[in-house]
Amino acid sequence: MSNFRFVVGRFLGAIPTLLILICLAFFLVKAAPGGPFDFERSLPEEVEANLRAAYNLDEPVYLQLVKYIGDLLQGDFGPSFQYRDYTVTELISTGFPVSLRLGVAAILLALFFGSLIGSVAALNQNSKLDYSVMFFGMIGISIPNFVMAPLLVLFFSIGLKALPAGGYNGGDFYHMVLPVISLALPQMAYIARLTRGSMIEVLSSNFVRTAKAQGLSTRTILLSHVLKPTFLPVVSYLGPATAAIITGSVVVEQIFGLPGLGRYFVQGALNRDYTLVMGVVVFYGCLIIFFNLIVDTLYGFIDPKIKQNR
Amino acid sequence: MKNRITTLMFGLILFGCGPSGDNETTTKQLLVGGASGTELAVDQVFRKNNGSDPGTLDPHRAEGVPASNVLRDLYEGLVSEEANGNYIPGVAESWTISDDGKTYRFKIRDNAFWSNGDRIVAEDFVFSLRRSVDPQTLSNYSSMLYPIKNARGVVLGKLSPDVLGVSAEGDKILVIQLEEPTPYFISLLTHSTTYPVHPPSVKKHGSAFTRPENMISNGAFTLSNWRIQDYILLTRNEKYWDDANTTLSEVYYYPLDNPDASLRRYRANELDFTDTTPSEQLPWIKKNLNDELNITPYFGSYYYGFNNTKPPFKDNPQLRMALSLAVNRSIITDVVLGAGQIPAFTFVPPVKEYQGKKPTWANLTQEERESLAMDFYLQAGYSKSKPLSIEIIYNTSENHKRVALAVASMWKKVLGVETKLRNQEWKVFLETRRLQEETEIFRGGWIGDYDDPYTFSELLHSENEMNHSGYESAEYDALLKSASLKPAGKDRLNDLLQAEQIMLNDMPVIPLYFYVSQHLIKPWVSGLEGNVMDHHYSKYVKILKTETISSE
Repeated sequence: MSNFRFVVGRFLGAIPTLLILICLAFFLVKAAPGGPFDFERSLPEEVEANLRAAYNLDEPVYLQLVKYIGDLLQGDFGPSFQYRDYTVTELISTGFPVSLRLGVAAILLALFFGSLIGSVAALNQNSKLDYSVMFFGMIGISIPNFVMAPLLVLFFSIGLKALPAGGYNGGDFYHMVLPVISLALPQMAYIARLTRGSMIEVLSSNFVRTAKAQGLSTRTILLSHVLKPTFLPVVSYLGPATAAIITGSVVVEQIFGLPGLGRYFVQGALNRDYTLVMGVVVFYGCLIIFFNLIVDTLYGFIDPKIKQNR
Repeated sequence: MKNRITTLMFGLILFGCGPSGDNETTTKQLLVGGASGTELAVDQVFRKNNGSDPGTLDPHRAEGVPASNVLRDLYEGLVSEEANGNYIPGVAESWTISDDGKTYRFKIRDNAFWSNGDRIVAEDFVFSLRRSVDPQTLSNYSSMLYPIKNARGVVLGKLSPDVLGVSAEGDKILVIQLEEPTPYFISLLTHSTTYPVHPPSVKKHGSAFTRPENMISNGAFTLSNWRIQDYILLTRNEKYWDDANTTLSEVYYYPLDNPDASLRRYRANELDFTDTTPSEQLPWIKKNLNDELNITPYFGSYYYGFNNTKPPFKDNPQLRMALSLAVNRSIITDVVLGAGQIPAFTFVPPVKEYQGKKPTWANLTQEERESLAMDFYLQAGYSKSKPLSIEIIYNTSENHKRVALAVASMWKKVLGVETKLRNQEWKVFLETRRLQEETEIFRGGWIGDYDDPYTFSELLHSENEMNHSGYESAEYDALLKSASLKPAGKDRLNDLLQAEQIMLNDMPVIPLYFYVSQHLIKPWVSGLEGNVMDHHYSKYVKILKTETISSE
């Protein structure tokens, strides 16, 4: 019951956060110089006035904001300025599945290999294996994905001709390999380091020593005593990791030409597509708030020391 | 710091392995087109990078090169083009022009059909042209149609679209009346604002008529899928009147805006055609892919504009001339850019019979120009001890920055001018330039909309929205007016030539170079020809058969 109350409380608490986010983003977007109707070929005044009126841009900004929030409440993100025959809702619903596929695959990959590598390193602490694994982990963290991605393409696509250099192709396995790896690598490396550090700490703690003294097998000790506390910091890192994957996907989508939300966001900002940028901000805002909520809830389950109705 | 070194090391290791895979070409050769050289491949699929997604595929609301490229394949106007850019009949099989040059009568082909099998009639064009200028259509480009009678009034909302000078005589004859004889009118008819749209589907679906499931078009291809930011897929239109001469079955347009990514996918054989080449990689491309690099003069002009409405450039032609003379254009084209751009001493690039007349100083050596520049500089009231200090503003891009740096250093060396560089993101730049408040010198570039000098001349007319330099010359405006009243021919071109001479004496803008188009095209793509408008129709493209032969 306390869990339920916690979730509802957090949920209600998210509403003002979201409202502030919307207002801030709205004014920032409008404050950017240049507008959606600035083109290389300048428009005749009458034509521009006509366009502004069609998109309600001729009204004061606060009225536009009120209208926008009103439309949002009805689930309407408005028409896109850039894709003139599409609504923002349509654009988000075509772009998001791509980003989701990419993001989920990258998170899972990072989690699985990151914690595996980290654990192996921790269990062989200070061995050659540990050092070499951590060396590559360091490289993974330090190489940004806009460097890693082109290198992977040069090597696997142009050199070995083994994998496609870009494109989505409906999200088939071969087309997703390089983007997912580029996106997952830095997170994987980070998770590996987190896991290693955390596991080393747990392994040297009193309760593990006690367990060993009681003659429990290594397997039992690891599975029932070490794993859970080891992954506490990893779980709490999942929130920031999701955010990092989302922002990272902007770059990766650009490099591999994937039709995900990140690209819409960048293109939208460059073209002053007010509604599209707002739509993506609101959508991602909701998503991140939601993920943080899940992580906080999970945390309570893993670590009974944390009482959620604190 | 340590991180950076590791990064670098790792990068080098990977780069070291990268090219080794390419070296297999030494023993293998690519044979294109079989024994005859013209044998076709089984899969007739053409994959192009288009640079970005079109904002819309509604021909009347579309804007920009990427949209035009796709629309050229989807639709056909009254007039079409050969691969080399020559005009040929499109939906109109023939036309006549009245003696005063103001009335055009087009005969619509008997065998012209929409992709759903409906016959194309003259009334379709009446509907479409009215729609194109109707303010309710929200077109950005409707001012292109000002030459048509009453179009300006309709675009500005003062007249009803029904009074546009376009009418049908039966199903076969379309009559278009113009305000003035407009010799380039035929070339306007290849622009998307003049394409026909299928009236029943526009009425039924509204702006959603451009969706793949709704679109009915009349070009060599139809729209079969548009996945935004992913690709646009066109398939052959079997109802097209000249379908017998179409070879391709499918055309893919990819919206890759990053030229480096585009090059990588080209090298991985995922693209047959790139929209441009990354300038940093040009030396590498010239060394390794020179046979596939196609560079053609393009109808575009790169220039620096002065803000002629404010000091120090207002009423100061000597100063403007001094700065123009001090720029060594060959260094910009050959050293800074190096793709074959052409040094410009006139504003209008050469097109058809029009060849701008270079000012006399263009024939001097650079040293002579520089000493002349100094004379003008002193006349303008500046000297090396009392230098001008000025700002160049340009939109953020590596190439624009390199040009600006080069120009600034030439001005410094020759005249002692102190130049500040300021870059702005594209839309910010557009606004700054339009407002003419803080600009002193700005970057400008223009690609002609149709192949006539007027598309450039009009930019400097005192009343033009795009006259960002604020140039005002009654003489210049009068010559443009005089040209617009004349039919095609030497007389008219002479007016435009004379206008350009006057402008070059006033030097409200510094012409720097003329553009070139740069495409990488795979050896198995045949049928494309370079042309000054950079218009390419997929209906001319054939994909040749390729075999890899090992020669050992």
